[in-house]
Amino acid sequence: MEPSEIEKLAKLARLHIKPEEAAEVAKRIGNVLALMDQLQATNTDAVTPMAHPLDAVQRLRADLVTEPNQREAFMAIAPATENGLYLVPKVID
Amino acid sequence: MHNLSIAQLINQLQTKAVSSRELTQHFLNRIAQLDPGYNSFVTVTAEQALAQADAADARLAQGNAPDLCGLPMAHKDIFCTQGVRTSCGSKMLDNFIPPYSATIVENYAAAGVVMLGKTNMDEFAMGSSNETSYYGPVKNPWATHCVPGGSSGGSAACVAARLAPAATASDTGGSIRQPASLCGISGLKPTYGRISRWGMIAFASSLDQAGLMARSAEDIALLLNTLTSFDAKDSTCVDHPIPDYRADLTKPLNGLRIGVPVEYFGEGLHAGTAAAVDAALKHYESLGARLVSISLPHSSLSVPAYYVIAPAECSANLSRFDGVRYGYRCKDPQDLEDLYRRSRAEGFGDEVKRRILIGSYVLSAGFYDAYYSQAQKARRLIQQDFVSAFQQVDIILGPTSPSPAFEFGSKGQDPVAMYLEDIYTIATNLAGLPGMSIPCGLVDGKPVGLQLIGNYFAESLMLNVAHQYQLGTDFHTLAPAAIS
Repeated sequence: MEPSEIEKLAKLARLHIKPEEAAEVAKRIGNVLALMDQLQATNTDAVTPMAHPLDAVQRLRADLVTEPNQREAFMAIAPATENGLYLVPKVID
Repeated sequence: MHNLSIAQLINQLQTKAVSSRELTQHFLNRIAQLDPGYNSFVTVTAEQALAQADAADARLAQGNAPDLCGLPMAHKDIFCTQGVRTSCGSKMLDNFIPPYSATIVENYAAAGVVMLGKTNMDEFAMGSSNETSYYGPVKNPWATHCVPGGSSGGSAACVAARLAPAATASDTGGSIRQPASLCGISGLKPTYGRISRWGMIAFASSLDQAGLMARSAEDIALLLNTLTSFDAKDSTCVDHPIPDYRADLTKPLNGLRIGVPVEYFGEGLHAGTAAAVDAALKHYESLGARLVSISLPHSSLSVPAYYVIAPAECSANLSRFDGVRYGYRCKDPQDLEDLYRRSRAEGFGDEVKRRILIGSYVLSAGFYDAYYSQAQKARRLIQQDFVSAFQQVDIILGPTSPSPAFEFGSKGQDPVAMYLEDIYTIATNLAGLPGMSIPCGLVDGKPVGLQLIGNYFAESLMLNVAHQYQLGTDFHTLAPAAIS
């Protein structure tokens, strides 16, 4: 993996990697990807991918309101709020 | 008091030979005195613990209190505790006080169990040495220059150092079994879906499972009934009959078929570990079990498949940490993207960021089939190996970890070296099977773990097999020299 790819990936993942760290991160991720290449050597033509260990399906429930409103408890732990809303930097001019 | 088994502690509490307050104070004193040397707790909840202990004593005085009433234990800091900071070992959640508790935390609280505090762990459970914790590494009570294993290193170390009789933990690729092995205690990761994960901070959702650490299999059996409950709030929690896990402990092992996988005894296994595991297998033969050599031919795919699937799921799960609703937020964000990127860059540690990047990479357009889909196929092959094996045998035994506890920093800067630490434990998570580690010897004064892998929902059999071994051996009773 090239250090230039790291910046693209970091942007997609909403992370920031310092330019001086990109080469080291690229090298370490490259080592992990090399490990993963062992997977490519395996013949899996007739194999169904396994999404769940017990092949369970999503359980459904009645469409009823069962949870109490805990807005105040949730807002209380947010970094910045105002009038019951989460505050973020201005998005629209 | 701290050397008594949980059965003995329950007896003392129920007969009022000791009060929960005395017992709780005893463990709090030990934590205050000894834990600065181990760093196994991130938060000690002394005040709440004593209040819970007094409430437990009141219930005990009334009679008809649940078995576990008044017993102290610790919770891994991955489980949300209402009103008590839950950090998950990360700067990201250093200020996070959950508005609710995990189901398993509530189960124990309802049973009158006293919470001593929250245990240290690798950041977001990503690590095998506890070196990735924001709160600094936990030290192994057997050798403080060595790691306790991870990610549940704090839970393992506090039980090994007799700072708590037991602790909850979680296991995504070996995070209960490997630290149990390195710290000389017993640890159980139940079948995927057996235990509620409501309120357990998610890492890799198709692999994560909550479990227990204590000194013996009997201790775990006594705690497991309360850990286990069907929970509609966790959509992956399986509605499967719950047995009394204490019921089968005393069954003889005559005729038990033990599978010994050839792939778990190859290159990379420490000679001392191999010898201790071999001796344990011989002990089982003397108990009437039969050893059957088996093969799990796709074992070598476990680590690569895991390091596609776990980062992929982690990159999705950890996208919720955005600096907006809870957790760390960077100072003076320029715009929304800067808020997201810097909050996450400053709040997450290096290993977590690395795994998010890898996960984003393997899930990105053009790579999905080559990596994620291929890993899910490899996972099926790994599972089929176990399905075939369990047609011939009742349980599988082998080493938990390739070697005893290693020194801090010794795995260097290459993450791959650390990932191989979980080479024997990961396949169990990929297949969703229950796994356990129990102490089976000492090498150079450091503990070695024997791994037990059971069929789906075979926890009772595993506890039986482990307990019968512990009836005839004393490895689970050994304490580090510094612990009196």
